[in-house]
Amino acid sequence: MLAFVFVTLGSISVYGQDATTSEGEPAAPVEATSGGDATLGEALFKANCASCHKLYKKAVGPALFQVSQRHDREWLYSWIKNSTALIATGDAEAVAIYNEFNQSNMNAFPQLSNTDIDNIIAYTDTEKPTPTDDTAVGQAGAGDVSGGSSISNNIILGALAVVLLLLVVLLIVVNKTLKRFAEANGIQTEFEKEERTPIWKAFVQNQFLVLVTAIFLLLASAYFAYGALMSVGVDQGYAPVQPIHYSHRIHAGSNEIDCKYCHSSARESKHSGIPSLNVCMNCHKSIGEVADATYKEGIDEYGIDYNKEIQKLYAATGWDSDEQKFVGEESPVRWVRIHNLPDLAYFNHAQHVTAGKIACQTCHGPVEEMEVMYQYSPLTMGWCINCHRETNVDLQGNGYYEQIHKELSEARGGRQLTIADLGGLECGKCHY
Amino acid sequence: MATTKKYWKSTAQLDDSNEIVKNLEQNEFASPIPSDEFLGNDEAMESSSTSRRDFLKYVGFSTAAASLAACEGPVIYSVPYVNQPEQIIPGMANYYATTIANGYDFASILVKTREGRPIKIESNKDAMYRGHANARVHASVLSLYDNNRLKTPMIKGVESNWEEFDKQVANQLTSLNGKELVVLSQTFASPSMNKIFSQLKGKYSNVRVVTYDAVGEEAALAAFEARYGSRALADYDFIDAETIVSIGADFVGDWQGGGFDKGYAKSRVPKNGKMSQHIQYESNLSLSGSNADRRYPVTPTEQKNIIAALYSKIVGGGANVSLSDKVAKSVEQTAISLKRAGSKAVVLCGIPDQAAHQLTIAINEALRSTIVDTDAPILTRQGNRSSVDALVKDMNAGKVGAIFIAGVDPVYSYDDSDAFAKALEKVALRVSFASSMNATAEKCNYVATTPHYLESWGDTEIKKGHVYLTQPTINPIFKTRQLQDTLLKWSGSTESYKDFLKDTSAAAGSSWNQSLQDGFYKTSVVVSESGEDVEREVISNSAALSAMASAKKPSGYELTLYTKTGLGDGVMANNPWLQELPDPITRTTWDNYVTISQVDAEKVGVVNENVANGALDGTYVTVTLDGVQRKLPALIQPGQAAGTIGIALGYGQTAAIQEEMQTGVNAYPFYKNGVAVQTVSVKDAGGTHEFACTQLQNTMMGRDIIRETDLETYRTGNKDNFNPMPEVSLNHVETPVTSPDVDLWESFDRSVGHHFNMSIDLNACTGCGACVIACHAENNVPVVGKTEVRKSRDMHWLRIDRYYSSEDSFEADEAKKDGFDGLFGDNGSLGGFGELEVPADNPQVAFQPVMCQHCNHAPCETVCPVAASSHGRQGQNHMAYNRCVGTRYCANNCPYKVRRFNWFLYNGNDEFDYHMNNDLGRMVINPDVTVRSRGVMEKCSLCMQMTQMTILEAKKDGRMIKDGEFATACSNACSSGAITFGDINDKESEIFKVKQQDRMYHLLEEVGTEPNVMYQVKVRNV
Repeated sequence: MLAFVFVTLGSISVYGQDATTSEGEPAAPVEATSGGDATLGEALFKANCASCHKLYKKAVGPALFQVSQRHDREWLYSWIKNSTALIATGDAEAVAIYNEFNQSNMNAFPQLSNTDIDNIIAYTDTEKPTPTDDTAVGQAGAGDVSGGSSISNNIILGALAVVLLLLVVLLIVVNKTLKRFAEANGIQTEFEKEERTPIWKAFVQNQFLVLVTAIFLLLASAYFAYGALMSVGVDQGYAPVQPIHYSHRIHAGSNEIDCKYCHSSARESKHSGIPSLNVCMNCHKSIGEVADATYKEGIDEYGIDYNKEIQKLYAATGWDSDEQKFVGEESPVRWVRIHNLPDLAYFNHAQHVTAGKIACQTCHGPVEEMEVMYQYSPLTMGWCINCHRETNVDLQGNGYYEQIHKELSEARGGRQLTIADLGGLECGKCHY
Repeated sequence: MATTKKYWKSTAQLDDSNEIVKNLEQNEFASPIPSDEFLGNDEAMESSSTSRRDFLKYVGFSTAAASLAACEGPVIYSVPYVNQPEQIIPGMANYYATTIANGYDFASILVKTREGRPIKIESNKDAMYRGHANARVHASVLSLYDNNRLKTPMIKGVESNWEEFDKQVANQLTSLNGKELVVLSQTFASPSMNKIFSQLKGKYSNVRVVTYDAVGEEAALAAFEARYGSRALADYDFIDAETIVSIGADFVGDWQGGGFDKGYAKSRVPKNGKMSQHIQYESNLSLSGSNADRRYPVTPTEQKNIIAALYSKIVGGGANVSLSDKVAKSVEQTAISLKRAGSKAVVLCGIPDQAAHQLTIAINEALRSTIVDTDAPILTRQGNRSSVDALVKDMNAGKVGAIFIAGVDPVYSYDDSDAFAKALEKVALRVSFASSMNATAEKCNYVATTPHYLESWGDTEIKKGHVYLTQPTINPIFKTRQLQDTLLKWSGSTESYKDFLKDTSAAAGSSWNQSLQDGFYKTSVVVSESGEDVEREVISNSAALSAMASAKKPSGYELTLYTKTGLGDGVMANNPWLQELPDPITRTTWDNYVTISQVDAEKVGVVNENVANGALDGTYVTVTLDGVQRKLPALIQPGQAAGTIGIALGYGQTAAIQEEMQTGVNAYPFYKNGVAVQTVSVKDAGGTHEFACTQLQNTMMGRDIIRETDLETYRTGNKDNFNPMPEVSLNHVETPVTSPDVDLWESFDRSVGHHFNMSIDLNACTGCGACVIACHAENNVPVVGKTEVRKSRDMHWLRIDRYYSSEDSFEADEAKKDGFDGLFGDNGSLGGFGELEVPADNPQVAFQPVMCQHCNHAPCETVCPVAASSHGRQGQNHMAYNRCVGTRYCANNCPYKVRRFNWFLYNGNDEFDYHMNNDLGRMVINPDVTVRSRGVMEKCSLCMQMTQMTILEAKKDGRMIKDGEFATACSNACSSGAITFGDINDKESEIFKVKQQDRMYHLLEEVGTEPNVMYQVKVRNV
């Protein structure tokens, strides 16, 4: 009962944190000076401005915190609605900004009304909250339980141990009491044992049993020895440390990025391809830091400072996040390859992904849950062959198979076809 | 007999008190042997817990443990691009159209690149002209990864950098003091290059451009210029030809730059009962002679007489020509068939004499031949020997202040190379534009290292009005700079050559991107004028006629120099693929030699014999010409005209050539004044030379390995007459071998999906060898070296067998065999078969490409104890290398002898120091094909990786596969269209139609292997 209470409380605390820390932006906006609604402003900001602007940091455009103090409000209205026109008038302030940011034009937003802009400005005036406040807010939301999730887990375990100990003590006490009762009532508790041949002696004397056991043991050890030998060179579970800690859990799991967004060549080529760094920079140009909660999670659960890992990416691509420019030297990343097929086996991703329409997870496992990528499948020939034997091929909807499908279904009476039926077990299909 | 003599053993014995001597005298033979010292005492041994057995156990365990620990895979790194180029998908090939123009070979090609490195050359089938690659062009990709290439510019033999280089040369160029600046170059035929030369002339007042071809066509150029006014070569398209008469011209080979075999092969395939007739007069047995319907071995002098005789018969002029009866009769017949074919006839001339070429032009004009194209001539040979000779004189006279040598190696290839080298040293500034430290570069104080053509830009007007573009397919691997960039810089331009090229092509009215994608553009703007203007000799036709008619046989042997399919003029001598490519006629690798007829061999004392393992040995001869003496091995060549010998050019290079590739003897010293025919004396020099031949059986012994017929018989349309189905006796009834009743095997069901077949048309195959090199490149076939080839351990997956007839024709061979009666006597088979092994003096020749036949009833599959060889439903016979344990049963059981065994590890092995033994050379390896290891069998896979890729592309697009999409490396490389490949389950396909032809047969059909490779009966138009 006690344990149940602890478990429930613990899990609530975990959920509570997740719910409140999913956003990295300030949680409690402070009322701004100009009377705009910061909450409405936040929504507008995220919809229209966030792809180029951040509040406290320079991105494609300038940091917008307290922008209303730097510029006249009327000026801001005209700038936001059509900055190009403003620059064309030769407005000194406008031209200065235009030049500062590599003469790239800001999109025009004629659809925003002055009130909308007021709201946005109200939002931009919110102070940067400190991370400690943030945690406090999170805890407050979850009910008054001390400590984070890791601490509560320890407490639960400790409590469980105490409960178990109590139970053991209780049992001994009950046993003793019962014995005492029995003695008091004259009931015999210890029985005289008959003289019997010990079971091991009986076993040794029974030759048939010995033989069967010996055979069993031999077979069992052969089975395990075979298994052990067969696992030689099989790197299932191989999870090397990578030069940049890349979390598939965050990218594919939390952010639900499609596998083939980054591993795009899996659609076309035999290689799934480790994405080139310019693909990373598509997003990470504007994502220089992770959300605070994610950051904390990284430190607490995995001992990884995600922000430092992003800095490693910047160093490799030569990206200067202050200047928003590629200035440094490029240094390609030497990733440790996880899935290694021997050279004598030919494997083609496109065949499986595009033609076979097989989900990546079938072979690579729950990548979206992997903080550290590891080899999920054994990648042995037996494993390949098994799948080729068992997997039914969907011949419909692919023009290539039309003729084959017609002929095969006539020949086999509409039975489902496996890859083996199409020649997928032939040696030369993978070994040449 | 007793003696009291005392024998002293040492001076120490004089001293009686010497302890050592005493000790030795008493104890001379120490006993027992102190084994304890070695083994320790028994007690200690027994009390020890480690017995010998235990020791062995420990050794065993630790070995097993160490090897188990070693099973853990190594850490493999993957390094993706930082910025991936948009068009590159790792694992997918990209193709770029470009052009090779190395001074000898000119062709428009497609380059296959993987992850940014070129790995294979393909023909550019969309090019209107010269869009097909020969064996050398296919192999040129390997020269890109040549370890002997220079890596930086060189100043006086020391590695340098470009700034320093430019500074020093610029300094020297300013102090020319009115002396000449000479550019000695290969034939560029490049519009942009001509513009660069004129810019150079603008900057430096006294500039001369001299064009030099190592192997030139001076006589033909002079004759063409005399008649048509431009220094060029007539073009020929044989596709509609009916009668082709060649006098000494190896036009199927490299005559006038080659590239005529495509049209020729088309005309050789009988269509509606018609095909071209080819008559060849020549002294060496060439590729053209081998393919001819009628071939006459004649000396070069006789060739001149024949030209005169033909001229008299067709144009008139009535020259008095003395010819032997047989030749005279043949000339008469030839003239008749030429006249009959009229405008569809053509005469070709390979005699290095302007008069002969003039007469040939006159004959073709008289015939109104449509085969010849003189309006848009070929521009790829413009060399001029007399200018080079003049240059040597001027250099000696000190008139030349600076010389730029580009694309040529005269210190190696000029006939009097010593004189050239000496004259060269008198020039103060000598700049060589070369990619390796060749013989000429060694003599130059500056080497402006140039990139390979696959790293360069360029344009070449191969044929008038047809400009072909060269574009880089890889970033320069080394610190090299193109000749054009360097010259532009030195002539004061700041423009890059790429931009310059763009402007040039824009000026010619082409769209840059489109032309670059196609690899060529057409223009009417006259761009490539020869840089030189030299007075030409003009001869009248009558003077030419009398010169030719009166040509008299000289005393001595008439030498005809030729170039081999493999090495050509020798530019790519450091290419192991080409060195190991067998000569199509002699089937010899890694060598050049004197070809000599049997008659002359007996006169001179030349002996060729096979040693115990079958390999061929030959004696040496000394060939002498005006004091130039060379010792070469001699090879007895059937078909060689009596009184003549042949030697291949391009061999015997040593500068910048890896030791293994320094093969043969340099024959350029015999190439006096650029004339390929010389009179020499030949003497026996004794000794034994070891040849490395890939084929030692010369004849078919009257069997029908290659089926042949004549056009007459073929026209009857009765297949039994020329292509009968072999039969076996079943219950005393003759039954065709393909009948299921005589079949031991269950048939596979191949009705669903693809079933690949390949057809090889023996009429179209010219034996050029392009397919062999393409196969090497596609399938990572290793190079094994001369000694291994000699042991018949060559690894070629595809070989082109060459057979000579033993009688005058193959038909006569067969008749002789069928006429055998008993074992002994005149018609006895014992002696008869011996005779059939000897090729005739002027044999018929036939080529047959043989690769794995992919038998449906494969003998190799049944004997494999580990099932490494298995059958696929698509018709291919699979070979799983990693399963093979190397019993070689399969090779023994293969009736076609196409399986190859890896006797050694050929990659990463210092004993086989070819391209697979260095990181640079390994870049050519095709990543889709396994590199085989030692101890496994390998063979042709019908380019499984290519058919699988075609299928996958179709699956990805969700479409059916069109006919013509399936291809193999060899079928792609075959410009003559001899190799057809496809899916016979597609009833509309070309291969299906070809299979139904009545010329179709299978090799060794009677064995019942039911191969998936078929051949088409060779038809001769005799």
